[in-house]
Amino acid sequence: MIVLMQNQELPKLDELYKEIILEHYREPCGKVPLEHVDYEAEGMNPLCGDEVKLSLQLKDKTIEKIHIEGHGCSISVASGSMLASILKGKSINEAKQLSLFLKDMMHGKVDKNEKDIGDLEALEGVKKFPVRIKCALLPWTTFEEALAGHEHVEIS
Amino acid sequence: MFDLNRIRKDFEILNRKIWDGKPLVYLDNAATTQKPDVVISALTKYYKEYNANIHRGAHKLAEEATTAYEAVRDKVKKFVSAIDEEVIFTRNTTESINLLAYSLGELLVNEGDEILLSEMEHHSNIIPWFLLRERKKCKIIFAPINENYELNYEKLEKLITKKTKIISITHKSNVLGTVNDIKRIANLAKTNGSIFIVDAAQSVPHMKVNYKELGCDFLVFSAHKMCGPTGVGVLVGSKELLFKIPPFLGGGEMIKKVTFDGFTPNDIPWKFEAGTPNIADVIAFGAALDYLEKIGLENIYKHELELTEYALEKLKQFDFLKIYNPVIASSPSRAPRNDNYSGAGIITFSNPVVHPHDIATIIDQYGVAIRAGHHCAQPLMKKLGVSATARASFYFYNTKAEIDIFAHALKKAFDYFEVGACKELKLKGRSNDSPNAKPGAAKIR
Repeated sequence: MIVLMQNQELPKLDELYKEIILEHYREPCGKVPLEHVDYEAEGMNPLCGDEVKLSLQLKDKTIEKIHIEGHGCSISVASGSMLASILKGKSINEAKQLSLFLKDMMHGKVDKNEKDIGDLEALEGVKKFPVRIKCALLPWTTFEEALAGHEHVEIS
Repeated sequence: MFDLNRIRKDFEILNRKIWDGKPLVYLDNAATTQKPDVVISALTKYYKEYNANIHRGAHKLAEEATTAYEAVRDKVKKFVSAIDEEVIFTRNTTESINLLAYSLGELLVNEGDEILLSEMEHHSNIIPWFLLRERKKCKIIFAPINENYELNYEKLEKLITKKTKIISITHKSNVLGTVNDIKRIANLAKTNGSIFIVDAAQSVPHMKVNYKELGCDFLVFSAHKMCGPTGVGVLVGSKELLFKIPPFLGGGEMIKKVTFDGFTPNDIPWKFEAGTPNIADVIAFGAALDYLEKIGLENIYKHELELTEYALEKLKQFDFLKIYNPVIASSPSRAPRNDNYSGAGIITFSNPVVHPHDIATIIDQYGVAIRAGHHCAQPLMKKLGVSATARASFYFYNTKAEIDIFAHALKKAFDYFEVGACKELKLKGRSNDSPNAKPGAAKIR
């Protein structure tokens, strides 16, 4: 039974490490291997060594399944896990739009309430920790690169 | 006398409050150290009173600036006991190694030759050699480390062959804190006729380093890791070799004569200092050297060792932590050894549940600055079987009270992720197709 220790002393941390983020970190989605891979990309953050490998299985123009592996901090793992669960069943266009919205949200260009983004709302708290924004965006940038046909991407 | 309270007054930044008024606990000294007031004043004094380009001006300011700049070479020589050698100023340790890899490589290295490094090198002592490999088709060999995070000297010895033209190894690892037996490697290098370069970026600031006693050919380090400003690197080396090898960068200052047909290089050290050098920062570095001499390298080392022992004792409460330090590795009771310099000042650690970045972010909220990541040593991280680690590194101005804050903040970080409260907690993979998947974790509306 996981009981979260919310930090009474430092409320700012609770904005970063929302309960839902820690849940995704502990038990990330997207671990089932795919039957076939249509798009694939590896992303890494050379500053910290975080790595993610993302594979997509498509049916018609819809994302049927996503497989994600690699290693990283709680923010990057949780963000990848959310990606895997949220993009499943979405059309490529919808997925791209969501990815774009998330990036804009992290850079303060749009408000999270402008769109219904489910669990992804939780990532908004990362905005207050500028050095961690890259962690949150690594899986999404890798996803975009996979669709663009690039096999390897570095975020710097 | 080593008076910590007085020393701390020399560093204005140590009064800095972080976030909502938490005192700064700066434990990222292996990355760069803080600067005392004397260094900052030397910098501003140059700009306010005698700013001029050096060597070429015939006026009073140029003369003053030239004298001040050149005087720092002698201070460096004295600092590392290198009397007959030459001192070249570069931008940083990285540039010093690039200079050597390029210029020594041009003269000495041919196809099939070997460069011997170690598995605990910083990227700055790997990539310049990879670049040389592209030009010269030479081989790069890595001497292995053992389970105590020390060099395996028996294996290293076997890797030195007639093809080994250059050996380039760190004096003190920026991740492990391991201090390598440079004299031993220098003897092997000398017997074999290999050139031996020592990356002393982490040793010269923290312990007495004697170039003559080490017996290497080149010693390289950076000013900013020893209370000096950024932008100044040092290369100390034999005049004979520096005379023989070709220049690295071309331009003003490094030439004696230029015609439409070609050029004659300047004498050393200027042959390797193309363009206007970093005059202000070199002069301020001189002030840093004076300051460190005043405190005394022996005092600095002793204090850092004491802090390390104290911190290791404090970290015992987190028995789930993996600590990558030769002191710990070779002593199961975690009793630090005092027989050599190894392992002092740097404590690198990790655990499988809380990622180093998360640790660093959480303890930053308590004002504690540490480093998380691969520390520019990705091959070493791979050897250690991790992608990232957290590193606390000390300098002479750190206190035991700061280490108490560090330990307290770490405790909070582990509590936050429930490590310790539930030591068995392991990260399990969860499939979004699994029947156990929590419905709340994948809501799309």
